[in-house]
Amino acid sequence: MPRLSYRKALTRALADELARDSDVFLLGEDIRVAASNVTAGLLKKFGPERVIDTPLSEQAFTSFATGAALAGLRPVIEFQIPSLLFLVFEQIVNHAHKFPLMTGGQCAVPVTYLVPGSGSRTGWAGQHSDHPYSLFAHVGVTTVVPATPADAYGLLVSAIRCDDPVVVFAPAGALEVRADVDDLAPVPLGRGVVRRAGDDVTVVAVGHLVHDALAVAEELTGEVSVEVFDPRTLYPFDVDGLVDSVSRTGRLVVVDDSNRSCGIAAEIITSVLERVRLAAPPRRVTRPDGAVLPFAPALDRAVQPGRDQLTAAIHLCMKDGS
Amino acid sequence: MTDDPVRLYRTVRLIRRFEERAIELVRSGHIVGGIHPYLGQEGIAAGVCAALRGTDLVTGTHRGHGHVLAKGADPARTMAELCGRETGSNRGRGGSMHAADFSIGVLGANAIVGAAGAILTGAVWARRRRGDDVVGATFFGDGAVNEGMLLEAFNLAALWRVPVLFVCENNGYATTMPVQGAVAGTITGRAEAFGMPAAVVDGQDPERVRDATAAAVARMRAGGGPELVEARTYRFDAHHTFEHSVRLDYRPPQEVAAGRERDPVVIQGDRLPEATRRIVDAEVEATLTAAVEFALAGPHPDPAGALDHLYASGLVARTGGG
Ligand SMILES: Cc1ncc(C[n+]2csc(CCOP(=O)(O)OP(=O)(O)O)c2C)c(N)n1
Ligand SMILES: [Mg+2]
Repeated sequence: MPRLSYRKALTRALADELARDSDVFLLGEDIRVAASNVTAGLLKKFGPERVIDTPLSEQAFTSFATGAALAGLRPVIEFQIPSLLFLVFEQIVNHAHKFPLMTGGQCAVPVTYLVPGSGSRTGWAGQHSDHPYSLFAHVGVTTVVPATPADAYGLLVSAIRCDDPVVVFAPAGALEVRADVDDLAPVPLGRGVVRRAGDDVTVVAVGHLVHDALAVAEELTGEVSVEVFDPRTLYPFDVDGLVDSVSRTGRLVVVDDSNRSCGIAAEIITSVLERVRLAAPPRRVTRPDGAVLPFAPALDRAVQPGRDQLTAAIHLCMKDGS
Repeated sequence: MTDDPVRLYRTVRLIRRFEERAIELVRSGHIVGGIHPYLGQEGIAAGVCAALRGTDLVTGTHRGHGHVLAKGADPARTMAELCGRETGSNRGRGGSMHAADFSIGVLGANAIVGAAGAILTGAVWARRRRGDDVVGATFFGDGAVNEGMLLEAFNLAALWRVPVLFVCENNGYATTMPVQGAVAGTITGRAEAFGMPAAVVDGQDPERVRDATAAAVARMRAGGGPELVEARTYRFDAHHTFEHSVRLDYRPPQEVAAGRERDPVVIQGDRLPEATRRIVDAEVEATLTAAVEFALAGPHPDPAGALDHLYASGLVARTGGG
C-alpha cells in the first residue's frame, strides 16, 4: 500500500481534476512556484493558462472566480492564509452563495476555496492562525474539514465537482499526516464516518483534532470505551450519522477548534439534543470566546483545544448521570 | 533639512545587524515561526523616520522590524518580542509581525498586506482633529498596491487631506510574484489618480529617502495633503526564513547578486570616516549583544495569561475547556 501525505493528497486531487475536466483551473498567490507546496508540479503539467498566479487582490480575484463560474468554468482558489477568508467573506457570502437564488435559478457558482494550513501554525500569531469554518457553516456555504489523506483527496475532488461554492479547510495540524491509502476515490459531501467504534461515549472531532481524539480514546482503553465520529463536512452536517452513534452510546463530547460562542460544537450538540435523550449533559472543548491566538508558543497552545481538556471532558461526561 | 549622517548610518547598521542576529535566533529555535528579513531595505525605514518627529505616527508591515527600530523602538524589547518573552514590547503576544510601541508612535506592524494604510490615515486624522501637530508614514510593499483597501485609503486620505506619507517599498517582488506580472500601470500613477503628489526615490540611499521624505513632510506640515514615495529597493534575503530550508525558484542568481551590490549600509557607511564607522559598528554590536541577552533572559509568558488584554473593557471571555 502506498503511503500518502495529506499535502500530497491535495496535490493529487487537483492534478486529477485538472486532467479530468478542462473547465477546472487554479487561481492563487505564488501557486506557480508552489510556495505552499500544494500545487507542486502542476504548472509544468497543465501550463500557465490553468495555473494562474494572481496579484495580491483577493477580493477581486475571488469575485473574478465567481464570474468565471457563472460563465461555465470551475475555478479553484488557493488562499495562503486562513484570515484571507475574512477579507473575501463578502465576495463568497454576498455574491457566490447568493447568485443562484437571487437569479431565480439561472446560474450555478461552482467555485472551490482551498485553505492549506488553516488554524494555528505555531508562531504565526494573531492574524494568521484563525480557523473560521463555523462562519461558513453559519451562512450555509458547503464547508469541509478533512482529517486524513484519503479524505483530503476525496473531499477536495467532490468539492471541485460540486455545483455550489465549497470551502475546503486543510488544517495546518493535519497537513503532515501520512497514511496508507489503497484507493483514491471521491468522498461524498455531507457524510460523516465513525473512525473508531466504542460503547460509552461519542466524541465528535473536527479536522486535525480527529487524531487527538483517537489518541485520547486509545489512552482511555480499558477505562472508557470511546467512539470517535469525524463529520468531515460541517455544512451540510451528517446529523443522521451522528444520531446513530449517540443513540448507542448515550453520551456526547465535541472537540472543535472554533471559538466557543456560536461555534460548530454548539450546533452539533443542539442537533443531537433535538433528537436524542442523553444519559449525561453534553460537553464541548473549543477555543475560548473571541479567541485571538497570542504569539508565544505556550500561549498559542493554551488557547487551542488540547488532549488534556478532552480527557477531562470525557471523564466529566462519564461521571455525570451515572 | 539634514540629519546627521552618522545617525543615519547607525540606524541602517542597527537594522542590518538586528536582522542578522534574529536570523541566527530563528536557526537556533529561539524565534518560532520565522521572520521576514528586512535585509537590503534598511535605507527606507532609516531615511523616512529620520525626517519624522518622535511624535509622528507610523505603521509597518510583515517585514516590519526595520520600521519599528528606525522609529526608535528599544532593540532589546523588540528582540524579546520576537522571542515571545514577557519582556517583549507586546509582552510576547504579537511576535515578529505585530511589534508595536505606541509610546513612540508605532501603531504596529501589520500582517495583512495593504491593511495598515487606512488605519494610519484614521489615526493621523484623529490626532490632528484633537489639535496635535502630527503627520504619519505608512510602509507597504509593491504587492500591497493591488489591494483595494490600500487604494481606498489613498482616496480617503486625499479627499480629507490627511497628511500621510504612503511609502511603497518596491523590492520587485510580492513573495514570488514579480512587479511586472502584477502591477498594471504604475505605482506612482495610482497616487496621481487621486491627486496625490508622487515621487520615485532610490531606496538604497538612505539620504535620498530622507530628503524626499523631508520635502513631503514639510509640505504636509504646511497644510498639504497626502503624498506617495515609491522607494526602489531589493530584498537581499528570503521572503521569509522558511525559504532558507525550502528553495523557491523565482529570482535568477545573477539578479540577486546584482541587487545585493547596492547596499544601503555600505552606501551610507562610505560617507563616514573609517574610524567613525568602526566606533558606530562597535556600539551597534554592543547594543545587540545586550539585546539578545536581554531577550533570552526574559521569562516566557504564563499560559494562564493567554487571554490577557483580549478585551479593553475588562470583559472576561469564557474559556474553551469541557
Ligand atoms: C492580504 C494578504 N494577502 C496575502 C498575504 C500573504 N503574504 C504575506 S507577505 C506577501 C507578499 C507581500 O509582498 P509586498 O507587499 O511586495 O511586500 P514584501 O514582502 O515584498 O516586503 C504575501 C502574499 C497577506 N499576509 N495578506
Ligand atoms: Mg515586495
